[in-house]
This record gives sequence, C-alpha cells and structure tokens, in this order.
Amino acid sequence: MSETGEFLQVSIWREQDGNGHFESFQVPRRDNQTILDVVAWVQQQADPTLSYRFACRVGMCGSCAMMVNGAPRWTCRTHVQKVADDNRLEIAPLRNLPVIKDLAVDMDPFFDKWVAAEAVFEPSQTRDDPMPPINPQDPMRIAASDAIECINCAVCYAACDVVAANPDYLGPAALNRAWSLVNDSRDDGQDARLKAVSGGGGCHNCHVQQGCARYCPNELNPTLSISGLKRATAKSLLGWGQ
Amino acid sequence: MLNLHLYMAQRLTALIMAPLVIGHLAVMIYAVQGGLSVAEILARTQGSLAWFLFYGSFVLAVSIHAAIGMRVIMFEWLGIKGTLLSLISWGVCLLLLMLGGRAVWAVTFAGAGA
Ligand code: SF4
Ligand code: SF4
Ligand code: FES
Repeated sequence: MSETGEFLQVSIWREQDGNGHFESFQVPRRDNQTILDVVAWVQQQADPTLSYRFACRVGMCGSCAMMVNGAPRWTCRTHVQKVADDNRLEIAPLRNLPVIKDLAVDMDPFFDKWVAAEAVFEPSQTRDDPMPPINPQDPMRIAASDAIECINCAVCYAACDVVAANPDYLGPAALNRAWSLVNDSRDDGQDARLKAVSGGGGCHNCHVQQGCARYCPNELNPTLSISGLKRATAKSLLGWGQ
Repeated sequence: MLNLHLYMAQRLTALIMAPLVIGHLAVMIYAVQGGLSVAEILARTQGSLAWFLFYGSFVLAVSIHAAIGMRVIMFEWLGIKGTLLSLISWGVCLLLLMLGGRAVWAVTFAGAGA
C-alpha cells in the first residue's frame, strides 16, 4: 500500500465502564485502505489500548462490524475511499448492542435471539439413517439457498430501527436463519419454530423497509425471509399447512 | 408490538376495509353529483339494515385496525408497554367504536319511522 501524502481525520469512540467519548486521530491515507486498516493503524501506531474485534480480514468470520460515518459496515471489506466524507471518518461500535470496550460490543443478545427464534437445526433423522436426497431445483431448497450465506456479522441488526425500538424483537438475522430452516426438508422443529417467531418479538413486528437488506454485506434480503415467515405463520394459524 | 394474532386481526380488517372504502367513496361521489340533500340521504338510510351493516362493519373494522396501529406507535415511539399499552389500545378501539357507532346509528335506526 503506498502512502498518498494525505491524512484522514478519524474520530473513534472510546468507552470504558459506561463512559464514552469520541477521540480524534490523524491517520496517513493509503491506496486501497480499508476501515479495519485504519483502526489497526491507530491501535498499532497511536494508542495500543484501543479495543476492537476482527479475525479473518477477508469477510468470512463476521466479527469486524462497526458503525462507520453512521452506517453499519463490515470494516475489513469496506474501503476508506467508498465511505470517507472528505477524508473524515467517524468509527463507532455497532448500534443496538451493549459496548464492552471502545469498538468491541457484546454479541450475546444477538446470538441469544437466534436460539429464541428456534433458528437452530432440529434433525429429523439420526446419523445412522441414509442421507435424504435434496433436489437443488426444489423451490424450498432454492428459498433456503437465498437466505443461507449469513456470516452472523450483525450489520443488519444494527441497521434495524425496530430492534432499536423493541428490545425483544428477534431481528433480521435470527429471523432470516429461521426462514432458511423452515425451508429445510430435513428439519423436524417447524411447529416450535413458527411459534417462536409469532410472539411479541416475532416476525410480525418487521416494518418491511429493508434497512437490513440495504446494508447486509452478503446482499441477503432478511426482509424477504421475514415476509416468508409471516406467510408461513398465517397459513399455519388458518390451518392451511405449509 | 405485534404478535401473530394482532397481525392477523390487522390484515383481516384491512381486507374488509378495502372494498368498503371504495363503496364509501362511490356513495359520496354519487351523493354530491346527484345533488342529494340531507333529507334525501337520510330518507335512503333511515331504517335500512343494508346501510347499517355496510357502515357498521366499516366502523368495526376501522376501530380494530386503527387501535392495533396506534398500539405499535405507542410502543415503538412512546415506550408505553405492558398492561397500560393494552388498556390504551382497548380504549382507542372502544372510543372509535362509540363515535363511529353513534354516527351509524343516527343515520340508520335512530328516529326511524319518526
Ligand atoms: S425490514 Fe424489518 S428486519 Fe429489516 S431493518 Fe426493517 S424492520 Fe428491521
Ligand atoms: S443477514 Fe447479512 S447483515 Fe445480517 S448478520 Fe447475516 S450477513 Fe450480516
Ligand atoms: S474480520 Fe472477518 S469478516 Fe471482517
């Protein structure tokens, strides 16, 4: 990466024990620099006490999401060039989740909701049974495939205003996963799942404005999945089956 | 804050309201174009079971639909929850039912035959 001679004016959220403020840093601008590169530069060159989270650096693990200039982003795959506002960056912890320290948030509420949504595979057979054949052209398999490439980054969860307004709302990622399992013909947990997504924090609270789909780095559309859950729960209430 | 039952109630009332709104607009345009006087309108509605059912079901659907919508707004924007939220939602529903019901009654059966 070559230096451009320019500097980025970077504001980074610092928080410890519930007290937070933005701190400014000047970071040399480089070609092809990502937001994670900027955060790493600050931690390595300016302040080693800065806390943040990352692992793969290639958009696989889903651990590096932060708010960048007000929008949730996977920072390892977000280029400075794409989001910097006149060489200015504001980097903050992911919205809708409690801060542990600085840019690292507690992901527990996010994953607890996956479990609460029954977004967990319930096998209908044992390892001793033969593998059931699945036709890739089957409409259920196609619907499952559309929802499956989630990296659990919580970008959608941070983008969702209903999560912000209703702390019980299960959120786009958990509901998206529940929908991919509704379409899994090997799964045996459908009744419990449809019940789990029908309560006060369930799929019916979604406003369908697609904030989640707009920011999902893997271009999934949780809104579409949630609409599928709404249909499936309504059908099962009316006794129309799946 | 919606669960499956509230969601279904809101969708079903929307389904009922859609044709009734169109019918209501058609009636209004007809009454205005035809230059009907108040007395002429009342002459048609007084004692009419059909108009009572038409506007009665409209008022019922509106009351349920609007109360559920208000419930979501009160929860998400004003942070009202629990029993208070349910009480206010029912209050909105009953208030609309009362106001609309009075109007429907007044143009159909109140004073009928007088
Ligand atoms: S479409 Fe639904 S899940 Fe997605 S951001 Fe909006 S309210 Fe949240
Ligand atoms: S649906 Fe998209 S934005 Fe949400 S957690 Fe999965 S990959 Fe991230
Ligand atoms: S560090 Fe793994 S997705 Fe960004």
